[in-house]
Amino acid sequence: MSNSTEAGGTPARSQRERFPLLTLIFERFLLSLVLLFAVSVLIFAGVEALPGDFASTYLGQSATPETIANIRAELGLDRPVVTRYFDWLGGVVQGDFGTSWASRNSVSEQVGKRLGNSLFLAGFAAIIAVPLAICLGMLSVHFRDRMPDKIINVISLAAISLPEFFIGYLLILYFAVNFGIATFPATVYEGMGFLERIQTIALPTATLVLVVLAHMMRMTRAAILSVMSSAYMETAELKGLSSWRAIVKHAAPNALAPIINVVALNLAYLVVGVVVVEVVFVYPGMGQYMVDAVTVRDMPVVQACGLIFAAVYILLNMLADILAIVANPRLRHPR
Amino acid sequence: MNDFTKYLAGRVTAGGMNRREFIGRAMAAGLTLTAAGNLFATSAAAQTPKKGGTLKLGLEGGAATDSIDPAKATSQVMFAAVRSWGDTLVETHPQTRAPMPSLAESWAPSADAKTWTFKIRKGVQFHDGKEMTTDDVVATLKRHSDSKTESGAAGVMKSITSIENKGGDLVVTLDSGNADLPAIFTDYHLVIQPNGGIDKPTAGVGTGPYKVKSFEPGVRMTFEKNPNDWRSDRGYVDSVEIITMNDATARIAALSSGQVQFINRVDPKTVPLLTRAPTVQLLTTSGGGHYVFIMHCDKAPFDNNDLRMALKYAIDREEMVKRILGGYGKVGNDFPINDTYALFPEGIEQRSYDPDKAAFHYKKSGHSGSVLLRTSEVAFPGAVDASVLFQQSAKKAGIDIEIKREPGDGYWSNVWNVQPFSASYWGSRATQDQFYSGAYLSTADWNDTRFKNETFDKLLISARGELDEKKRKDMYREMAMLVRDEGGTILPMFNDFVNAGTKKLMGYVSDIGNDMSNGYVASRVWFDA
Repeated sequence: MSNSTEAGGTPARSQRERFPLLTLIFERFLLSLVLLFAVSVLIFAGVEALPGDFASTYLGQSATPETIANIRAELGLDRPVVTRYFDWLGGVVQGDFGTSWASRNSVSEQVGKRLGNSLFLAGFAAIIAVPLAICLGMLSVHFRDRMPDKIINVISLAAISLPEFFIGYLLILYFAVNFGIATFPATVYEGMGFLERIQTIALPTATLVLVVLAHMMRMTRAAILSVMSSAYMETAELKGLSSWRAIVKHAAPNALAPIINVVALNLAYLVVGVVVVEVVFVYPGMGQYMVDAVTVRDMPVVQACGLIFAAVYILLNMLADILAIVANPRLRHPR
Repeated sequence: MNDFTKYLAGRVTAGGMNRREFIGRAMAAGLTLTAAGNLFATSAAAQTPKKGGTLKLGLEGGAATDSIDPAKATSQVMFAAVRSWGDTLVETHPQTRAPMPSLAESWAPSADAKTWTFKIRKGVQFHDGKEMTTDDVVATLKRHSDSKTESGAAGVMKSITSIENKGGDLVVTLDSGNADLPAIFTDYHLVIQPNGGIDKPTAGVGTGPYKVKSFEPGVRMTFEKNPNDWRSDRGYVDSVEIITMNDATARIAALSSGQVQFINRVDPKTVPLLTRAPTVQLLTTSGGGHYVFIMHCDKAPFDNNDLRMALKYAIDREEMVKRILGGYGKVGNDFPINDTYALFPEGIEQRSYDPDKAAFHYKKSGHSGSVLLRTSEVAFPGAVDASVLFQQSAKKAGIDIEIKREPGDGYWSNVWNVQPFSASYWGSRATQDQFYSGAYLSTADWNDTRFKNETFDKLLISARGELDEKKRKDMYREMAMLVRDEGGTILPMFNDFVNAGTKKLMGYVSDIGNDMSNGYVASRVWFDA
């Protein structure tokens, strides 16, 4: 960092100060690589620590000592742990995630399909839940401590307190079985048209929206409320601005940082943490895929899934931090 | 099935006889209760099959790690799938389990039952149009049994020493005489594939009534009718979809709303609720599957037969059937054979819950302190509840059972067959010999009770090659008594397979061979218009 002054001008600043956003992205990217590497080591060690290996768990009760030995020999499971890890790592840095030990298919192909499904469901739930949560949050600030605020709070608290599978079962019972207007099961498969897909995932989307809505909405409400008591908001009221305009144009932009963080956290949950919803609605997503792979110790699949989940979290966190900077003009144009 | 029972079945089909009358008269004619019950269910459904429609099955037991390779088929979903796209050499009769010709037209043993010759059916085509030859059969059987095999069928193929094509016939040689060899070839792993499936084990190309159209492991599998099917008495629906539904509630919801027409693994506790739905019918089958608590006869303290007898008397079997199976099952008598097996030994006294005898044997064994039982929900549905019931009924006899609930993950690698006292389940096998050889012979891989009885082993080998039925039946009776009174198996119940379907689903055959009509559900059913 150079601190040399030049005669008659502003002092030269370091790269970091001149391009804060770019430097941030670059540093974060490097850190992510280190994190992903650490995650892969942890997952490998974790799966190895579990009792049994792929050979002994895959055939279950039908296994004989000979078949177990043959499977081990074929997949190279009798080699030392470190050798196997670096073998796998070597493949990954070249872009080859290997083949699933169970289905002998390419891991990237299989994971790609399931990831696509998970992202589709998460995307739809997010598109509905995020704007809805922020609007409801602003609404409840507008009507704070009056009836609409109380109603919104009670309903959202109820939704977040009920376990997601219970909400799921309720929706299935009423909309699919009793009224027959929703599709169940929500299994999507190749060759389904876009509109058909949307129709099929209606129920799980509704469940996920109900589950994440409360958290984001209440954080929006709390963040904006904490800003409402500042001096400039009082000025806005005294100047005669309508309550709604004051909230949307002046309070909300200043309360964005915590809201963005909460949204990012919930988005990550929508991609990574919805195994229960997948099981209840029979939706072929990443969660169930990883659980099945761990159950039989299918290492290439477990590693790929683990890395993807970690990458999703890292990416969303990075995005949240970047957006927090972009949303704050003071950080956007440093002087 | 003799003429009289055929007549009764006909009366049922025509609608002129109810269940009680049929079973009464069938049993008087010599059928066992189980066979009569199953025959009634089948006859009631027997009408002229109608072709057409799409059959959707919502099945439990699939995973994203499933493979179409029959050697790796372990789950219920792949079991039903492999029965739809492939055929084995031999099939079993749904009510008597007698071996019936499938891809093998006929078979004959040598005098010592060590060498068997099978005549292979001609004119059968694979889904890709190639004709099935004896070489394909030889290659298939070899893939499941050679030294490099990774197949789940390797265990049952162990006794085979050579497989050859001699002049178009399949000739199989064993290490000792086996009167039941054809039954081994009914194993669902052994579907015949082109060139044994060595080049493409996951192609799913076979000779069955349905061709594999698409496969997403753990999600969905679709089939379409094979127009070149060598049999015309099966495969009535046009297309089949198997959807993996591991959640019990999802299965029931899907069936009730008509999204699927057949589901498996119905929890007995939900049966009264499920049957309330007007479009649902229950499809139960009695088979040979059972649930056990197994003790290692060679490890203290279970090496003392008095302790084993004490525990056998300390379990309330009727209560287990009522509470764990919801009444869908029968009590067991501590040996793994029930009346669904040929040459079943009748008249053995049914052991029942007797706290006094249990206390007597316990005292005689001189054991003090508690006995540790390891259990898990994956041992069998309701295993943890069953263990607690066992603990309570044993307490009344003064025996203290401590229960350790093991994690389901890794149960089959680290607890079953490893620890001295645990819970487990067994499916049925085609013959008594197959079952005993797999689990009770002293050298068997799956001898999870470490039962090492020389007399038993000798009887097993001689019964295997014995062609005189009466002598064989007596030998099996002696073996059953040995297992019952000296073995390490506490067998409280045989479980029924409880499935359900829509009322429009016709032709379901209650096959005692295995669950879901021995896996043949897709090829046997049709829709009532």
